[in-house]
Amino acid sequence: MKDFIIPWENGTGIQDETDRGTPAKSGKPVTLTIDGMEITVPAGTSVMRAASELGIQVPKLCATDSLEAFGSCRLCAVEIEGRRGTPASCTTPVHAGMKVHTQTDKLRKLRKGVMELYISDHPLDCLTCSANGDCELQDMAGAVGLRGVRYEAPKAGGLANHFEARNTSGEVNPEWLPKDDSNPYFTYDASKCIVCNRCVRACEEVQGTFALTIEGRGFDSRVAVGAENFLASDCVSCGACVQACPTATLQEKSVIEMGTPDRSVVTTCAYCGVGCSFKAEMQGDQLVRMVPYKNGKANRGHSCVKGRFAYGYATHQDRILNPMIRDTVDQPWREVSWEEALSFAAKKLVGLQQKYGQKSIGVITSSRCTNEETYLVQKLTRAVFGNNNTDTCARVCHSPTGYGLGQTFGTSAGTQDFDSVEHSDVVMVIGANPTDGHPVFASRLRKRLREGAKLIVVDPRRIDLLETPHMGEAHHLALKPGTNVAVVSAIGHVIVTEGLFDQTFIAERCDLDAWEDFKAFISDPRHAPEETEALTGVPAQTLREAARAFANGGNGAIYYGLGVTEHSQGSTTVMGIANLAMMTGNIGRTGVGVNPLRGQNNVQGSCDMGSFPHELPGYRHVKMPEVRKIFEDTWGVEIDPEPGLRIPNMLDAAVDGTFKGLYCQGEDILQSDPDTKHVAAGLAAMECVIVHDLFLNETANYAHVFLPGSSFLEKEGTFTNAERRINRVRKVMAPKNGYEDWEVTQLLANAVLKETGGKAWTYTHPAEIMAEIAATTPSFAGVDYAVLEEKGSVQWPCNEAHPDGTPLMHVDGFVRGKGRFIVTEYIATAEKSGPRFPLLLTTGRILSQYNVGAQTRRTENSVWHDQDVLEIHPHDAENRGLRDGDWVRLASRSGETSLRAKITDRVSPGVVYTTFHHPDTQANVITTDYSDWATNCPEYKVTAVQVSPSNGPSDWQERYNAQAEQSRRIEAAE
Amino acid sequence: MPTHSESDAAIAEILSAHAHLEGPLLPMLHALQEAFGFVPAEAHEPLCKAVKITRAELKGVLSFYHDFRDHPAGKHVLKICRAEACQSVGGTAFAEDLLAKLGLEWHGTSPDGKLTVEPVYCLGMCACAPAVMLDEKLIGRADTARVEKAIAKVSA
Repeated sequence: MKDFIIPWENGTGIQDETDRGTPAKSGKPVTLTIDGMEITVPAGTSVMRAASELGIQVPKLCATDSLEAFGSCRLCAVEIEGRRGTPASCTTPVHAGMKVHTQTDKLRKLRKGVMELYISDHPLDCLTCSANGDCELQDMAGAVGLRGVRYEAPKAGGLANHFEARNTSGEVNPEWLPKDDSNPYFTYDASKCIVCNRCVRACEEVQGTFALTIEGRGFDSRVAVGAENFLASDCVSCGACVQACPTATLQEKSVIEMGTPDRSVVTTCAYCGVGCSFKAEMQGDQLVRMVPYKNGKANRGHSCVKGRFAYGYATHQDRILNPMIRDTVDQPWREVSWEEALSFAAKKLVGLQQKYGQKSIGVITSSRCTNEETYLVQKLTRAVFGNNNTDTCARVCHSPTGYGLGQTFGTSAGTQDFDSVEHSDVVMVIGANPTDGHPVFASRLRKRLREGAKLIVVDPRRIDLLETPHMGEAHHLALKPGTNVAVVSAIGHVIVTEGLFDQTFIAERCDLDAWEDFKAFISDPRHAPEETEALTGVPAQTLREAARAFANGGNGAIYYGLGVTEHSQGSTTVMGIANLAMMTGNIGRTGVGVNPLRGQNNVQGSCDMGSFPHELPGYRHVKMPEVRKIFEDTWGVEIDPEPGLRIPNMLDAAVDGTFKGLYCQGEDILQSDPDTKHVAAGLAAMECVIVHDLFLNETANYAHVFLPGSSFLEKEGTFTNAERRINRVRKVMAPKNGYEDWEVTQLLANAVLKETGGKAWTYTHPAEIMAEIAATTPSFAGVDYAVLEEKGSVQWPCNEAHPDGTPLMHVDGFVRGKGRFIVTEYIATAEKSGPRFPLLLTTGRILSQYNVGAQTRRTENSVWHDQDVLEIHPHDAENRGLRDGDWVRLASRSGETSLRAKITDRVSPGVVYTTFHHPDTQANVITTDYSDWATNCPEYKVTAVQVSPSNGPSDWQERYNAQAEQSRRIEAAE
Repeated sequence: MPTHSESDAAIAEILSAHAHLEGPLLPMLHALQEAFGFVPAEAHEPLCKAVKITRAELKGVLSFYHDFRDHPAGKHVLKICRAEACQSVGGTAFAEDLLAKLGLEWHGTSPDGKLTVEPVYCLGMCACAPAVMLDEKLIGRADTARVEKAIAKVSA
């Protein structure tokens, strides 16, 4: 079914995605003749693919170009002059001068015979089959001219088949299996299976989970999982098998229910920072399914359970579609017209500024919204409110990346594209859990690990990546939370003192004074792994081996996540990572680099767009008059030269009574930001909180104005992923709330401007906003919607010097000129375990849920994770008399909550771990307000806690839930 | 029966004894079957960990080779060849006769747990068909009486 191609037209973004049967190769050119036509293809290409390049589609069933050739279906047989027999074109590589015939009488007969055998064990229910019109078996039966099947089952029964539940006498067919519909999103119907192995190979080659197999042999062969059904198996529901299946055997439930789609639009997933391209396949304005787009350069046709299936939130009944207002947060919400809500909000904001000063209000931009929307929100505060009080959720995730990489390399972004990992020889993953947080990237990484690349994981927890099937050498540095800097420095110490650094690279590319200072610093014996072992918990020998593996292993790449940044020394660790890459010469070419794995779909973009209080778009400081001038000329206003407030400062100022109004777009700071009680106190102290979101999120409990948001399916725009790739987001349905989010921001701006007498904004399409971004921001100078239409996507910088964008950064030199080594002194966090709080809590995410869960909790993904649990080591559990599944009380110096315990040796003794997907757990009640020294990024990853048995939810949780319920009331319409 | 921890220790020992081999999965499975008479389910997880494969892959391998059992067989195992050469000299009738005499069906085990009968496809004894194998011992030109005698001898 997955050959299904809807004819494309302009504006849908779809480019040629013919299935060429086998993957592209990159050898020297070879010329051959197929059916009398000459073609030149790279050596290693299959005859099947070469034929496809000529427009000749050789019939096939087991081949598809996302998988290596398998040669089992025998349908793609061809004749080659001078060779005996009829070789399979998928497994036969091209040779110079080869003369191939794809259609002869012999082949026709052969293919018809093969097809007849397939169909003899397949039900002939095409008209009522869910794959009708989208089935490769059906297509091939047509292509080979199958007109009948001679192997009909005797009426009395006797001929075995897999598709009839009972024979004509009503006896049960032991070969028949009922449908497995345990997975919420797709079904497995063995009766339709032709055992082509495509699903098994997709699970292995594309996804790398190895959850599927062929059970039995010969006639008994069938696709099976390693457990009683799909849901109980290792399957992670990425959809690769469903995508690969040529029949209805593995089929999306949405297609079974709705039928085949009739149009298709390319867009970008709105979950994580990988930024996968998808085709939204539609019937009218109804979404039938999301299918990973083969030409998507971030995902190369792969997907994960969130992007592929978890889109149901967009039409969930909880979505708020009408604007609402209230005077105080203890009142119920009142649904009003857009005009009334906007004027209510505008009057309040203007009134606050008159009463408390120009700087008493601000905005929070969203990493979930588009570049264009984010640009407008920061413009709102800078150009309309007249201050720089803008911040974004990147504050709480990757702000140290911006600072750390900016200081060392000169720019705040990952250095590579995702394709680069295919050329890495040793990959260091620090404080990231890619299989859960960035699953599509993890699949690409795992593929490389199966090919022999070495893995080094620096993480307190034994993450799934360390259990990659068929992986080679792996090192796990299971450090104590909070000691990243000590570990990174110790790795640097080993590299420097054992002479494993790249002198040539350093001499050519780096600032030598800084290097000499750093070298002296890092060579000090106090950084030796033997010295730091007691502190970090990483055995010296393990660390030395890992350091040597990284320095000597060839192309070394570093990928890191929030386990690096969300610490009191987050920025220091980022700089330490940059030091490691520079000292080993692992910057500026394919297969190497330093790559932050960005948490959210557009966190890179929201940073690029000037969301920070001290930076205008393009990371240029607001103090610089020449930068302000560009925007002042464009916007026709004067820009405040003083940086504004960061999120934590806004909340502090609110508690102090000087910050009074907030426009918060697409972010739930109450649940996602640390020290929930403090956030709640800050919000409660404000007089006008405007929440612009899909749902009444936790922050909205303290809001006075609610502006309904639009989902990513309902708007035009762009997202920028972790590899700086600007991808188009396309509108596939009208906004259910009436306006796209950029329009709402414009309406709010204009409502305020009406009060203040300013000139109204007049954008009519996000393309105009992008044009303004390009005109004002050098790294985006070459970006426009026509370019994106033509190229699919570009990676910034995209300008005159790099008209096609920039897949690799720092190729000939660092952006800042010379790479700068920075001394990274380890300073222990003030958050320490002690007698009252003897354990260290660290937090993270899991595959099926996304961040605060506002979206994924409103999908079937909750079957995999319906509550947050606390992972605790068996030793610590036993000391406390805890059993698996018990309610436990989790307390820190900030607060306490209750959740269930899961006993596992994934975490080390002394460390506990939980996720923050569920508001009724509120893991952030526990976290403290310690933060990164440079950027205020909160220290989510280290909190000293105590765990004890409990009977159920804490008083605080119950009070909180009561307040939340109270505050979500909506007044009945009259 | 060995206790849980005893069998866990035995499994661990078998796995580590074969860990150094290239492609250790099949040798490990044979050794487990040798030790336990079947491949115990408790061995699956440690086995997967030891060779870095998933439970689905293990299932694929175990179900491909009919020789690997998931439950104990009788004390002695009789394998009767059902391949072409044996069939051509009356192997089918011989097998049916033998099964009837033993009161067993294919894959069946006698109520006293002494004997299990399994089909096998070629023992490489085509020249002396029909052939059977009782435990490790091959019997050529087999007939019901000879096989019964051999069974009586090993069961004694």
